[in-house]
Amino acid sequence: MAAQVFAFIVHKDGVADDSALELISAARNIFPDASPTAILTGAGAGLDAVCQEVAASYKQVWKVGAAALIYPNAELVRPLLLKLLPKGAVLLLPHNTFGMDLGPGLAVKMGATCIPDVVGIDGLAGATLKVVRQEFNGQASTHLACDVSNGAVISVRSGSFRPDESRSAGGQVVDKSGEAVGLSARRRFVEVVQAEVGDVDITKADVLVSVGRGFGDKENIPVAEELAQTMGAVVSCSRPIVDAKWLEKSRQVGTSGKTVKPKVYLALGISGSFQHMGGLKGNPFIVAVNKNPKAPIFQVANVGVVADVLEFVPELTEKIREAK
Amino acid sequence: MEILVCVKRVPDSAENEIEVKADGSDIKRDDLVYSVNEWDNYAVEEAIQIVDRVGGSVTVASIGNEEAEEVVRREMAMGAHQGLLLVDPAFEGSDGKGIAAILKAAVLKGQYDLVLTGAQADDGAAQVGGMLAALLDWPYASLVNKIEVQDGHTLKIGREIEGGNQEINEIEMPCVLSIQTGINEPRYVGIRGIRKVASVEIPVMNAGRLGIDPAAVGQAGAGVKRVDYFVPPAGAGAEILQGSTAEIAAKLLDLLKAKGGLK
Ligand SMILES: Cc1cc2nc3c(=O)[nH]c(=O)nc-3n(C[C@H](O)[C@H](O)[C@H](O)COP(=O)(O)OP(=O)(O)OC[C@H]3O[C@@H](n4cnc5c(N)ncnc54)[C@H](O)[C@@H]3O)c2cc1C
Ligand SMILES: Nc1ncnc2c1ncn2[C@@H]1O[C@H](COP(=O)(O)O)[C@@H](O)[C@H]1O
Repeated sequence: MAAQVFAFIVHKDGVADDSALELISAARNIFPDASPTAILTGAGAGLDAVCQEVAASYKQVWKVGAAALIYPNAELVRPLLLKLLPKGAVLLLPHNTFGMDLGPGLAVKMGATCIPDVVGIDGLAGATLKVVRQEFNGQASTHLACDVSNGAVISVRSGSFRPDESRSAGGQVVDKSGEAVGLSARRRFVEVVQAEVGDVDITKADVLVSVGRGFGDKENIPVAEELAQTMGAVVSCSRPIVDAKWLEKSRQVGTSGKTVKPKVYLALGISGSFQHMGGLKGNPFIVAVNKNPKAPIFQVANVGVVADVLEFVPELTEKIREAK
Repeated sequence: MEILVCVKRVPDSAENEIEVKADGSDIKRDDLVYSVNEWDNYAVEEAIQIVDRVGGSVTVASIGNEEAEEVVRREMAMGAHQGLLLVDPAFEGSDGKGIAAILKAAVLKGQYDLVLTGAQADDGAAQVGGMLAALLDWPYASLVNKIEVQDGHTLKIGREIEGGNQEINEIEMPCVLSIQTGINEPRYVGIRGIRKVASVEIPVMNAGRLGIDPAAVGQAGAGVKRVDYFVPPAGAGAEILQGSTAEIAAKLLDLLKAKGGLK
């Protein structure tokens, strides 16, 4: 099967998202000699700059500039892509908050197959694409057989494909802005409200003691706070802890929280979902404490302790106190 | 305002250690604890709060087998006014598009101003809400963490984007929104609440009553089919510390010292 392959490039402040280079590798896992066309929407000089940047990696870059596209509103981008994409196209995009907004509806409108949150691609046989996805926060993986005879919209999980950093495409930017006329949507972008700043800045901490749902109850949070105090560390957490209002949002590590770069990270009662790990950068020394020996966090941690956090953490706090 | 909330019964990934069967055909389901998908519970709470403010009613719908009734009843005990079960052997093996097609048929049987889904299911991939909106040709917003009713026609909504920032939009009704966790604090449901709704009749609709061609949904209509479940080959992974709790704590103390984890 031959199909035209496209990559939707998400960008901000004139810089392409990391996914731009990962989507090239993902495309080559489907069609080994694929030369995907990059599509960028936006407005102004920032768009031109990022198109030039992307042209180093993609042979063809389609630029669609229009005032209405200055903020990426999926409800406007979707009808635009429906005009631009040829029948049977395969479109790759990142599985981030924009990809989730755009992709499923676009697939339906294209009459193509929707293949979300892909972490691996096994290859194409005829018109059947075999991909890998995870379920239950990474506790189980699954192979999916997808019919791509009428095209596909594939959203790719960040970090799953090696970025192609060769930058040797010497590509061309084609201006398709003429297609962006008469765009309208029943959803209007108003503004972005920045996340609140809290009393502590976890992004500056060298050592983080991070609390997960395994703590079970708000009353147990002091167990972690005592450990952190004894270690001279700062308390951070996973998302469910913030949702339950046990700790402030500014303490959350992850894609919808803070990106942290500690030297040492203690993940206590945290399963290790990709959205959580996505906020942990700079290759820290990771210690995981979890009662489930198969928890995905043990795949990424350096050292693991299989134990109940409420039993083990006080013991560790005590040991550290004695050693002081 | 008439609101439909789509809820799914799932093995609760916080309560269970999920294991794959030896032959890869499924996960081991015998001892699993099931519950309502976490995101869907926030969606139901939000719907109830909206109706408390502006009036109307909340209907909770689920596609599944007979056991889906348990989660629909639980959400009715929270305060949803009606339940709706979408059950047919022909629905089994549906992909995201199939689920969205069944939900579309259910939506069109009512007079809804607003349809809520969860942002994603524990065993899903964050696709059904967007597909349902496209099939209905209604506007859509994903990862919604704030809803304000402005007038009879528009909502002011917040979408949670990267870094926890919030993207504010205005959206016309009828529309579909997928709800992100943390938008509210779902109320607790006690045994008494469940008892109160134990005998309320919940209508059941099959493919025929919904006017769905059985060949278009289920395994037959699926463009995406699950081949197997598997456990990826373990990488190097963590060094698991062994010994008594005291011994492990002592080893960890040394490691933390060495790595600069103590001040
Ligand atoms: C768009 C989007 C954005 C998201 N952004 C983020 C984000 O920024 N940050 C984030 O963290 N999540 C985020 N999430 C949520 C994410 O998908 C997971 O749901 C979340 O990270 C799980 O948190 P957890 O590991 O604490 O809980 P769980 O996954 O429930 O894991 C709890 C762990 O604790 C263990 N455990 C239970 N009891 C004990 C005990 N007594 N002792 C020891 N271990 C125990 C269990 O074995 C389990 O592994 C996001 C989700 C979406 C859809
Ligand atoms: N079987 C189902 N019955 C009712 N709603 C569902 C079902 N499956 C998925 N949904 C809805 O779609 C949302 C997203 O699911 P998914 O796209 O599978 O991750 C869920 O949070 C539910 O609101």
